[in-house]
Amino acid sequence: MSITYLEAIREAQYEALREDPSVFLYGQDIATFGGAFKATKNLSKEFPNRVFDAPISEDAMVGMAIGAAVEGARPIIEMQFADFSSIGFNQIVNQAATLFWRTNVPCPITIRLPSGGTAGSGPFHSQSMEAIYAHYPGLVIVTPATVEDAYWMLLDSVKLNDPVIFCEHKFLYYHLKADQIGDRELPIGKARIARPGRHATIVTYSAMVHEALRAAEELQLDGYQIEVVDLRSVKPMDTDTILASVARTGRLLALGEAFPWGGVTAEIIARVTTDGFHLLDAPPMRLNSKDTPIPYHPNLWKSHRPTTSTIAAALRRLLRN
Amino acid sequence: MLLSRVLEEKLGSLYRAGGRIVGGVYLGKGQEAFSAALGVQLRKGKDIYGPLIRDQAGRIAFGEPIIDTVRTYLGAVTGPMRGRDGNIHRGRPKEGHMAMISHLGSLLSVVAGGLFARRLAGTLADSIGATSIGDGGTSTGAFHEGLNMAAVEKLPIIVSIANNQYAYSTPNTRQYACENLVDRAAGYGIEGVTVDATDLASCLKAFRAATARARAGGGPQMIVGTLLRLAGHGEHDDASYIPDTKRQGPSARDCLQVAEDFARDRGWMSSADLRELNEEVRRNVDQTVSKVSKEPAPDPFKENWQALSCAELVEGQHEA
Ligand SMILES: Cc1ncc(C[n+]2csc(CCOP(=O)(O)OP(=O)(O)O)c2C)c(N)n1
Ligand SMILES: [Mg+2]
Repeated sequence: MSITYLEAIREAQYEALREDPSVFLYGQDIATFGGAFKATKNLSKEFPNRVFDAPISEDAMVGMAIGAAVEGARPIIEMQFADFSSIGFNQIVNQAATLFWRTNVPCPITIRLPSGGTAGSGPFHSQSMEAIYAHYPGLVIVTPATVEDAYWMLLDSVKLNDPVIFCEHKFLYYHLKADQIGDRELPIGKARIARPGRHATIVTYSAMVHEALRAAEELQLDGYQIEVVDLRSVKPMDTDTILASVARTGRLLALGEAFPWGGVTAEIIARVTTDGFHLLDAPPMRLNSKDTPIPYHPNLWKSHRPTTSTIAAALRRLLRN
Repeated sequence: MLLSRVLEEKLGSLYRAGGRIVGGVYLGKGQEAFSAALGVQLRKGKDIYGPLIRDQAGRIAFGEPIIDTVRTYLGAVTGPMRGRDGNIHRGRPKEGHMAMISHLGSLLSVVAGGLFARRLAGTLADSIGATSIGDGGTSTGAFHEGLNMAAVEKLPIIVSIANNQYAYSTPNTRQYACENLVDRAAGYGIEGVTVDATDLASCLKAFRAATARARAGGGPQMIVGTLLRLAGHGEHDDASYIPDTKRQGPSARDCLQVAEDFARDRGWMSSADLRELNEEVRRNVDQTVSKVSKEPAPDPFKENWQALSCAELVEGQHEA
């Protein structure tokens, strides 16, 4: 038996609903229909009156989750696509993110964002929004790259007493499978060494972990051992694990699928150059998408985002420096 | 209507055959009469039209050539969106055909803005704007804000609401709590009417009257059409959540059938005429698709990868 990344997300929500009666689910088409991606399949049957179809009102969906959280509930909100969370942006960054700091009342909500690009999805069904939310104080931003993390980090997110933006990657939904869900290994806030190496470090997260691993395989043929660090959560960002890796390799490539201006990869580079400049044998590099909206046609889309071959090319340049 | 139906059937079959269309296909089956009845009232070059998901028929009636649709679905560089955006997300803003984004409700204020600017510039004359939305889209803040603003500014805009009873899988009972969406018009201080959207003649009458009121300075006009979505949300969706009782109800009438019967009953067209028309339309669609199929796909090396119109402000890619 195997389980996909998407099924793990469903299972985690099942478990969250089972464990804690204060958990409820609110989102468009998530009840009988089971969600646009089927991440809540059958949950409304298994937990009557705890899984609700929302009107197309993202601002109000987030607002109602915040109000419910103040009353002791632990809502999980599904955005149909991460891109539509921009409509709930005000409630997320101004209401949810500031609540604890202003009032000492925590805000335990989890907002699930089906994120990232897939071929043919175009500029409004492909976005990666982790950086924009990470910019605001008061939010936890989770970006699972594995089936285990999708499961355990979603359960952890629901238990966390702070608002969590749970960025689940649509590209991994069906493609990524595990034989079973193993034990919970790391808490939110800790990065993972996805592949050990000694010549260069790639720090990345979410779907790009898998592209990075493939690029590392490719470089292995040239005799290079590339270490891949999977951040797991981009905020908090596990700087210690990043620095320890760079200390081993002396070279850094920060990799992300999101737009290039600022963002997670810039944060990685900023931290390593300020706290670990002496560890670097070469200028650090970063690789992101291009600085345009995300294109529709697969030819353009493939060139817009980093791929195994552009990552491998970047690594070769990094190793030559 | 017929052209729209035949074109969309073709798009659906291309999608199901796989390979040619990557991404979704969203059809307006059953909504052609309501959509086209608005489109024909608009004058390309003078009015501003902000169509939505299920407005293939309205776009044709407005004057969009079907090759624009096909090129956008196939992602051809020759199309209005040049492969950058796809399917229903297309338009030619300078021709008054606004290019929708996915975020529902967002276009209403944009169409209003065009009209506002014309009024400021003294060029509004009798031009109007029009935009469409579904029952689900009326739940957005953007829809409410846009409509309220248009009402405050008393802009000549038609807001066409295709109440097809579902937003993806969500029935109206989970979308709004008023008796009829048109009841909201009073709250905005605007005029609103309902129409049986399966009946072309009624739709034409309603939109003709509403556009005339708007052109005459009557401010925003809401038209709510009652119908049923006769396709899935997209072609990936079998819409099995729509119960048979609804599928057999009066709002599930096929507007195309109703219109054809109407034309036949009046003696405007014979069955043979209709058959001939059908064949001609099919040939047109097939020729367009085969022409576009031979056109080049976008080449990433020819793309300029610039999102700013001021080329001198485009930053180099600061990366590996
Ligand atoms: C703000 C926003 N949230 C969610 C979506 C995803 N979405 C696309 S179409 C749709 C249903 C729209 O229903 P309705 O407005 O009734 O139009 P219909 O599809 O029935 O024509 C949803 C939820 C979206 N496009 N925009
Ligand atoms: Mg609808």
